[in-house]
Amino acid sequence: MRDTRNPLVWPIAALAALLLINLVVSPSFFSIDVRNGQLYGNLIDILRNAAPTLLIAVGMTLVIATRGIDLSVGAIVAIAGAVTCTHIAGSSQPASASTALVAMGMAIALCLALGVWNGFLVSVIGIQPIIATLVLMTAGRGLAMLITDGQIVTVNNPTFSKVGAGFVFGVPLAILISGVVFAAVALVVRRTALGLLIQAVGINPEASRLAGVRSRSIVWTVYVFVAICAAVAGLMIASNTKAADANNAGLFIELDAILAVVIGGTSLAGGRFSLVGTAIGALFIQTLTTTVYATGIPPETTLVFKAVVVIAVCLLQSPKARAVLVPRRRTSPPAAAPSAPTPTAPTGA
Amino acid sequence: MTLQLDPPQVGARIKPRRRIGVVPQRFWSVIATFALLIAMFGTGASRYEGFASPQVVLNLFVDNSFLIVLAVGMTFVILTGGIDLSVGAVVALSTMIAASTLRAGWPALATVVAVLLVGTVLGLLMGLVIHYFEIQPFIVTLAGMFLARGLCYVVSVDSIPITNGSFQKVAQGTVPLPGGLFVTPAVLIALVVVGIGMYVLHQTRFGRTVYAVGGSEQSATLMGLPAARVKVGVYVISGFCSSLAGLLFSVYSLSGYSLAAVGMELDAIAAVVIGGTLLTGGSGLVIGSMLGVLVLGTIQTFISFDGTLSSWWTRITIGLLVLVFVVVQRLFSRGPR
Repeated sequence: MRDTRNPLVWPIAALAALLLINLVVSPSFFSIDVRNGQLYGNLIDILRNAAPTLLIAVGMTLVIATRGIDLSVGAIVAIAGAVTCTHIAGSSQPASASTALVAMGMAIALCLALGVWNGFLVSVIGIQPIIATLVLMTAGRGLAMLITDGQIVTVNNPTFSKVGAGFVFGVPLAILISGVVFAAVALVVRRTALGLLIQAVGINPEASRLAGVRSRSIVWTVYVFVAICAAVAGLMIASNTKAADANNAGLFIELDAILAVVIGGTSLAGGRFSLVGTAIGALFIQTLTTTVYATGIPPETTLVFKAVVVIAVCLLQSPKARAVLVPRRRTSPPAAAPSAPTPTAPTGA
Repeated sequence: MTLQLDPPQVGARIKPRRRIGVVPQRFWSVIATFALLIAMFGTGASRYEGFASPQVVLNLFVDNSFLIVLAVGMTFVILTGGIDLSVGAVVALSTMIAASTLRAGWPALATVVAVLLVGTVLGLLMGLVIHYFEIQPFIVTLAGMFLARGLCYVVSVDSIPITNGSFQKVAQGTVPLPGGLFVTPAVLIALVVVGIGMYVLHQTRFGRTVYAVGGSEQSATLMGLPAARVKVGVYVISGFCSSLAGLLFSVYSLSGYSLAAVGMELDAIAAVVIGGTLLTGGSGLVIGSMLGVLVLGTIQTFISFDGTLSSWWTRITIGLLVLVFVVVQRLFSRGPR
């Protein structure tokens, strides 16, 4: 009884079902080879391809937990790739390690500034997050085109290609980066009060401010954080393709990231989030894509499957739909977002 | 052969301003948009030869007729405080359905009906899920977008040309205006849609309920207004408008293509925002959205007249304009969010 309440049950079940389908279709699906001390295999591929989405989704989880949303991450991915590749291609030593490091530093610094900008619009000016980030979503790809001068800039720098395609201790570096960021965020929100504060802001920004939470700084910080995540994801994508494509790099990745967060059981109404759920969501999306390829279904139809999955998952998590589908008496509404509790009394002197 | 229809009578209804005394507050944003449009056009006219010719103005309508239709539907949705991300994908799906059914030998009328039906039903389904299962419009229409784009690929991965006689006739047809000017039949359809949109919003019970739901759904429900019907209804309208825009687009491009109209939902939302509609719902005018589309069209015209500007300035300029309008809206409407 209690297990069906856990919001992670359905995503995990869906992910397991997908993996099982793959196992039936190709029995060697789970095998992992070690070649030259490096790991290869379908599961490793899924993890590696999911890494950029997972990275952004972790940042997005925190943004959504504060009742926000960031639509501009796809544009930031494009900008990060554009800055890095343009700088490397235009430098006097396009193959040296220092050039790559400087270029990546520049990209992350610029994207940090963009995150500060998004956060400023949302937390200081008070514009709805979806609109505030829509501005950068629209203008961002134009900005990336401006940086690359409308060209697809290709680079060949061994240090830079490590970010997306390299191995460290036999494990793809992209997986390690996403894993470390995930673990760090999980640690910080679990072991410090930050997780609680983010939830408080998401439930009711005004009430939490009155209770002494610095809600403005928290909201601002999460937008900066997600922008940095997107920048690193952009580096991974550009490094993997060895090129910056201002038009197509990270196209629809904001939607995939939001999808991962929603599948993971985080409520878009804010105030309740699950990082583990997000990770499962991101893996699920990537596994779905891989499965479509593996089972020989035309890959173009992946979008149809994604649509069906989104609707199914949302319906399963919606209390209204559960009431219809599972006519069972409930003791407490499980997924209802807390609707604006009364502000706590100001602490008088 | 040309189609002879009534000339558009839009000029007379564009600006409900300059009444004696104070202009009602709800017209301010539309007046601001109109002023922006005039200012941009004035700048263009002073900088480039031939920018101010009447045909350039008419071409704004000709090249953006489908976007005007989309923006009208989007206005309804945004007025209730929702959002529809699926419109661009539905446009693409409509061109695919039109092209493939025509290739299969369907009569033009049957194709038109089929396309409009698919768009409307998709809108209806999204509306029902949004209202009855209380899932955020953002997510539901996102799924709708995935679904429509995916279905495009299911129909065909390649571009399909439209060779149907009636469609080609409409595509080549022009409506002559005095002075050697012309518009296309699509422009007339778009203006009719704008007219109907204005009528429905301002003269019918449905329209008033749209504003009421956008202001506060709870209050609207408590007042006994049919909030459910209106909330579902706006998505039906948006779905219908998207498929109609898809038909206009397929006539404009005479082909069906899966990657058509990528990002057009952003243009539609930007047009509505620039047109002065409040994104939180409850305030805005259809005519503003049309002016918003014309502003976007003027930016394009600017860039094509000025040979040195590159096309990516379009996106940057649109982003900046949206920013300015949203910030101004926010500053003017201080209060509880």
